[in-house]
Amino acid sequence: MQRIVNNPDNIVDEMLGGFLKAHGDIVEATDNPRVVKAKNIPEGKVGVVTGGGSGHKPAFIGYVGENLCDAAAVGEICSSPTAAAFLDACKAADQGKGVACLYGNYSGDNMNVKMAVKMAKKAGITVKTVVANDDVASAPKDQRGKRRGVAGEVLMWKVGGAKAAQGGDLDEVVAAAQKAIDNTRSVGIGLTPCTLPAVGHPNFEIKDGTMEVGIGHHGEPGIEVCPLETADKMAKRMVDVVLPDYPFTEGDEVAVLVSGLGATPVMELYVLYDEIDKLLEEKGIKTYKAYVGNYFTSLEMMGATLTLMKLDEELKELLDMPAYSMGLKQR
Amino acid sequence: MSTFKNADGKPVLLKMVKAIQDNKAYLGEVDGLIGDGDHGMNMNKGFSVFEARFADKDISFTEGLDELGMILLNEIGGSMGPIYGTILMDMAEAGEGLEDISVADFGNMLAAGLDGLQGIVEAQVGDKTLVDTLSPAVDAVKQAQEAGEGYEAALQKMKAAAETGRDSTKDMVAKFGRSSRLGERSRGVLDAGAASCCIILSAMAEGISELL
Repeated sequence: MQRIVNNPDNIVDEMLGGFLKAHGDIVEATDNPRVVKAKNIPEGKVGVVTGGGSGHKPAFIGYVGENLCDAAAVGEICSSPTAAAFLDACKAADQGKGVACLYGNYSGDNMNVKMAVKMAKKAGITVKTVVANDDVASAPKDQRGKRRGVAGEVLMWKVGGAKAAQGGDLDEVVAAAQKAIDNTRSVGIGLTPCTLPAVGHPNFEIKDGTMEVGIGHHGEPGIEVCPLETADKMAKRMVDVVLPDYPFTEGDEVAVLVSGLGATPVMELYVLYDEIDKLLEEKGIKTYKAYVGNYFTSLEMMGATLTLMKLDEELKELLDMPAYSMGLKQR
Repeated sequence: MSTFKNADGKPVLLKMVKAIQDNKAYLGEVDGLIGDGDHGMNMNKGFSVFEARFADKDISFTEGLDELGMILLNEIGGSMGPIYGTILMDMAEAGEGLEDISVADFGNMLAAGLDGLQGIVEAQVGDKTLVDTLSPAVDAVKQAQEAGEGYEAALQKMKAAAETGRDSTKDMVAKFGRSSRLGERSRGVLDAGAASCCIILSAMAEGISELL
């Protein structure tokens, strides 16, 4: 295992140590070592909170910042934060106007958030939730409620965070974030597995010369394993999964997010994006805004995810608002 | 003996800790087949925190169950934090204040743990989760106790039921949790939670058996 670690059991705490030092202009520590909050949360706004397992940098703490999330709960690698961490994140974000907790659909996160919402209620804080389920490959369309949340969460945070920054009330923030994720579809292709540092070896296999279409952010098996293809064919495969599911059709305006899974060179993400853009143009789908980079990763997995969000005027306005965090800096 | 002293129950807890530590790699591998492979690591971390904090302290069986549950719930998270946290804390609550723990008491405690779990997850027997291990284990203790078979026999039956329950998950298709999204692809592999639950229950049975 060629990795930069001390004792792998302490990797999350040590990562947080470095993160807080490096980004002291954006975020700060809280009394709970597993909760990071934005430095200057404007008074009187609805709080926006997220959280999830570690190993997905910049997610989740990388989206704590101006006009984005106000606080995030941090879990072990690939493992939900505790209910206590979600609760403390809500407390850190609460300005008396309620808190929107925007997170991804995983059983652990669901249970811990559920418990945190109950505890927050006892503490006098209203928390409403939006659960991201943009990963098309993780369940059939008629069981959308079972789908995982993946890179589409970034767009959900962007939209929800902007709505809160505009002064939207809790229901408006939740509605905007819900609309964002309802309009969003994603798919991933994995080229290599990833290794939890404390385990020391990959716990699933992607054979050399093959790729897994529909892979999850934790290596959850996808819909198909096939021989490795060139970038143009990969792009076609991804577009062919994502477009018909929503469906995105001619005349639609979309935001496109291409994220690396951790170890794929950013250069290759642009190669992939170029091919994706060609296909969207062929179909008459207009790209309003594009994000290309490592937005939501899976440790050192190679591969990428494609996320499309169908836009309307409200979503465009919210997407266009400036934002400043480690993972997303937008003028 | 037909009971064990709650105050003397710490060795049972340490046996559970050791069993999880010994099976860290095994649970990681089982979880890696259809999950994300972190189950062994996280369970080991939580149980080891308990060991570090309480190995040298005087603590009863029920107090220890409560502390262990709190550690899993408040410090480990994941899905197993709230699941095992709830089971262990509800077991502890049901046995709180008992001086001696009879087989009937133990059966009640286990049943309370299962009840608590079913308050937070909807999984039933047959859904390929740890309920497939825990539920028959609860039934086995109750049946043995009602039939007057004695503590030792009840523990052995619990262990056997847990093992059968764990093995039954192999041929099931997952309906809850991360592996449920795999549908048919989840068949043929044990459920990691069912496997860890069996390890914990077996260690509990062995530990209590040594105290009788």
